[in-house]
Amino acid sequence: MNKVYDVVVIGAGSIGLPASLELALKGLKVLVLEAESSPGQMNNKKAIGGVRATHSDFGKISVCQRSIEIMKHWQEEFGDEIGWLSNGYSYPAYTQEDEASLKNLMQTQHEFGLNIRWVEPDEYNELVPGVNMKDLRGSTYSPEDGSCSPLLLGSAYFFRAQKAGVDFRFNEHVTGFEFDGPRISKVVTDKGSYAAGTVINASGNNAREIGALAGVDLPVFPDNHEAGITEPVKRFMGPMVVDMRKRPGSSNFYFYQHIEGPVIFCITPDPPILGVDNRSSSVFLPLCSKRMLEVLPRLRHLKVRRTWRGQYPMTPDGFPIVGKTGGNLINAVGMCGQGFMLGPGLAELLARICLDELQPNDERILASFDLSRDFSGMEAFK
Amino acid sequence: MENKRIERHPILPVPDREDILFTFNGKPLHAKKGEMISSALIANGINVFGHHHKDGSAQGIFCANGQCAKCTVIVDGIAIKSCMTAVTPGMEVFSAEGLPELPEDGGKPERQAIEELETDVLIIGGGPSGLAAAVELGKRGIQTLLIDDKHALGGKLVLQTHKFFGSEEDSHAGVRGHDIGKLLAAELASHPSVEVWLNSTAIYVFSDQKVGILKDGVYKIVTPKRILNAAGAREKFLRFSGNHLARIYGAGAFQTLVNRDLVRPTQRLFIIGGGNVGLIAGYHALQAGIEVVGLAEAMPRCGGYKVHADKLARLGVPIYTSHSILSANGNETVESVTITQIDDKFQRIPGTEKSFDCDTVLIAVGLDSLSEFTQQALDAGIPVYAAGDALEIAEASSAMFNGKIAGLSIARECGHPEVGEVPLEWLAKAQVLKSHPGAIKDYQDELPEEGVFPVIHCLQEIPCNPCTTVCPTNSIHTEDGSLMALPLYDGSCIGCAKCVLICPGLAITLVDYRKDPENPTITMPYEVFNIPRKVGDALELVDIDGNDLGSFAAVSVVEMKDRQTQLVRVQVPRAIAKKVASFRIQAAQVSQPLPEPIFNEKPADDAMICLCEKVTVGRVRSLIRSGITNLNHIKAITRAGMGPCGAKTCETLIKNLLREEGIPVEQVVPNTKRPVFVEVSLGKFPQGGSDE
Repeated sequence: MNKVYDVVVIGAGSIGLPASLELALKGLKVLVLEAESSPGQMNNKKAIGGVRATHSDFGKISVCQRSIEIMKHWQEEFGDEIGWLSNGYSYPAYTQEDEASLKNLMQTQHEFGLNIRWVEPDEYNELVPGVNMKDLRGSTYSPEDGSCSPLLLGSAYFFRAQKAGVDFRFNEHVTGFEFDGPRISKVVTDKGSYAAGTVINASGNNAREIGALAGVDLPVFPDNHEAGITEPVKRFMGPMVVDMRKRPGSSNFYFYQHIEGPVIFCITPDPPILGVDNRSSSVFLPLCSKRMLEVLPRLRHLKVRRTWRGQYPMTPDGFPIVGKTGGNLINAVGMCGQGFMLGPGLAELLARICLDELQPNDERILASFDLSRDFSGMEAFK
Repeated sequence: MENKRIERHPILPVPDREDILFTFNGKPLHAKKGEMISSALIANGINVFGHHHKDGSAQGIFCANGQCAKCTVIVDGIAIKSCMTAVTPGMEVFSAEGLPELPEDGGKPERQAIEELETDVLIIGGGPSGLAAAVELGKRGIQTLLIDDKHALGGKLVLQTHKFFGSEEDSHAGVRGHDIGKLLAAELASHPSVEVWLNSTAIYVFSDQKVGILKDGVYKIVTPKRILNAAGAREKFLRFSGNHLARIYGAGAFQTLVNRDLVRPTQRLFIIGGGNVGLIAGYHALQAGIEVVGLAEAMPRCGGYKVHADKLARLGVPIYTSHSILSANGNETVESVTITQIDDKFQRIPGTEKSFDCDTVLIAVGLDSLSEFTQQALDAGIPVYAAGDALEIAEASSAMFNGKIAGLSIARECGHPEVGEVPLEWLAKAQVLKSHPGAIKDYQDELPEEGVFPVIHCLQEIPCNPCTTVCPTNSIHTEDGSLMALPLYDGSCIGCAKCVLICPGLAITLVDYRKDPENPTITMPYEVFNIPRKVGDALELVDIDGNDLGSFAAVSVVEMKDRQTQLVRVQVPRAIAKKVASFRIQAAQVSQPLPEPIFNEKPADDAMICLCEKVTVGRVRSLIRSGITNLNHIKAITRAGMGPCGAKTCETLIKNLLREEGIPVEQVVPNTKRPVFVEVSLGKFPQGGSDE
């Protein structure tokens, strides 16, 4: 196999799938290399599907605003069901400190033009009926955030990309690069090599290894998170609930009611469980259900249907690494568990990088995702 | 009010249980104290428990085993599985119409620490293999925890009313399955090192080497040093038009309803599948007073033991070999079934379609090992063994024997070197016990028509020999002395009829010329005496295959209580004496096809491949044709496998479809199996206490 491509994308996941489509729509000849046997089989399908623009920095806010636009209009535009639901996000506060920091962040978010407001406990109880009112001080509520099916959107991108002429090669592992000066001339796999004008590293968990093959040190370290899904019930709650409190064994956790009716939940272990281990441990269900029932006791009647483990490919500061290194390698890695919500917006930006069509806003976004930053800051609300 | 209870059963005792009242959709109904809601509903003639939220299709009993959610009803505002929840006095049960509402009231759950325990050996499953293994571990005082998700030990033995095959010394051959279960459970009770948890479902073997178990509704965590997976098997399902209708289910569900709960879920049953499971289910149906309209088997010959097939055919149940189900027809529930003859490539032969009036279709087309716990234990790094159907699908006699071998192997590794290596002849015997039926031969050479002797209508090699061990004059032997070979009579018969009584296949008659050489007396075993035959009744005698031999009056009917078998005698002319095998009890009109077959000319791509999420065969087929063969990707796009049963039903169906579409099995990426094994309320986990 020896073919010439304008762009070779490494990874058919949350970033690689939309990126390949956007590039092909711009007329570029694109190849996607994926080690798994199908698209979206690593952490794309592990995402619980929450999508929000209410971040704390310009970069992620802008990219996710664009993602939301794309997802919101996908079905009317392309006809595919992707399960988009504008159910919003909420961060309830049970302590004075949390209330203060949330309200403080809201000021920044308002400056970026985000639709987010503070709701008092009674109103929050209408949004999330049955929520534990004891010590509840109120909650943020951002109604334009929402949720979407990573499984359906990933597949929709895949089918559209195929239609747009993208070549996909599955079960194929990237083993190295050939160089022409600082530029990568070929991507070498266990099955062949491919001449590439540009290479996009969208390899999720494997970002660091792929970077190393190109001589770039990418500080991306996956850690493990577990999630679960219940049986479906009639719609009874509105927004995603993010509880930022720390508890023994966990930092934040969150859950929402999916468009099909089940509740999907996920927790951030504390301390983090580093590495990649997709096996389920006995700790998760007691830990997460305890916290969920504390916030919303009526959930106790819901039956858990399935649980799973996935990874957040983390960077030291919780922000992604996106941009060019060397001559023609573009990294789009370290999504810190937000690849699914960043993917669609980021894909358009990646296409503009490839085609040298950056707009002023893009420069500002890329500044906060720059590999050469010092990584000493910290995302306010992961 | 309809009463679908089995009031009289030839084999099973009908317990006198307290009558209680409950309501279904506001209507007062009677139930028996302690029975499951599903059985109480079926006993009242209610077979539709709700309607699916996706397409409004009728839902009813399907697995009767807590594995799916088709039997969901609403009690106290909460969606529960009616097959796993006992009915209580005054309970208000409602049908589950569409998605359930989540109750508003959460209450305040108690907080208790989750109990954590350690054990040297954890056995998952208290059926024949798990019990046999536990007995061996118990004999040696090895600390063992045996869990079973039912309320009694015995596994599927509990549901078996027929006498067992195999050998007397190794597997209680000749004893009825449900009695074997009791024997093993009683033996186990004498070994204090084995603790038994009933009503206990293994949820998952986690990576931290802990096993989550829901015991009586309380979540517990057990850390075992070794695991024996004796969890059995699950039944395969089939793709056919109308396979989503209510009142289509497997033999496990059927036997649970009929033989455990003593309810009659059907009046007219059609069976798909001529393996032992389907054949025996047909026999159980007759014992429960159910009409068995017919049985279809895709192969040119039934895969089950010939003696089982013969028994059914003789009683008057037509067996359609080289036939397959084309459709189940009906509005919400089954009203008729259509079968068709198929060629050697399993393709329908047009013009051969036949439809039959029936209310239930039983699917018995094979089993898949329940191997998840083995894989989970391997992934977690816990030494694991498997026995019984969880290891390999075979008869219960085989399961008991390989369970014993597994128990001994575990004992040796638990510091009992005196157990030694498993003898080679045991391993050989284990092979024999799981043998598929072998060659079919002719009757043994003509015996002189004088005196008295047994005629052995057992012409197929199967692992079974109790007739050889029971004969007081030691006159029955298998051809070469092996368990598999055919039994032959050679010697002196005293006419004691012990062989007649013990034969699990009901395949031995006695022919006695002593009183009247021209009109010898035939002694036949009979076990369906819920359909009574009295002295003087005309019996429609049949040969081994069910062919008519004429009508003759019964001259004696003797009930052998300890064997739960009647010996029925007739006098017949010498010419047919050795041919008489049994008599018909089901009238031919029961099995008459409808005047015109009911079927749709189009191929059955409207059949459901995933009953939980309502995914059609056509939808999955078109994905496969577009190049998608990874089961996880098919699941992601269609939701097939995301439902409550956790891909337990659709996985095999999709794999079959992939094979049909020419995709080699080895290229198919299987479904990723994740926790939990069965759905569990979130409220069970944090406090480790009942959330009621």
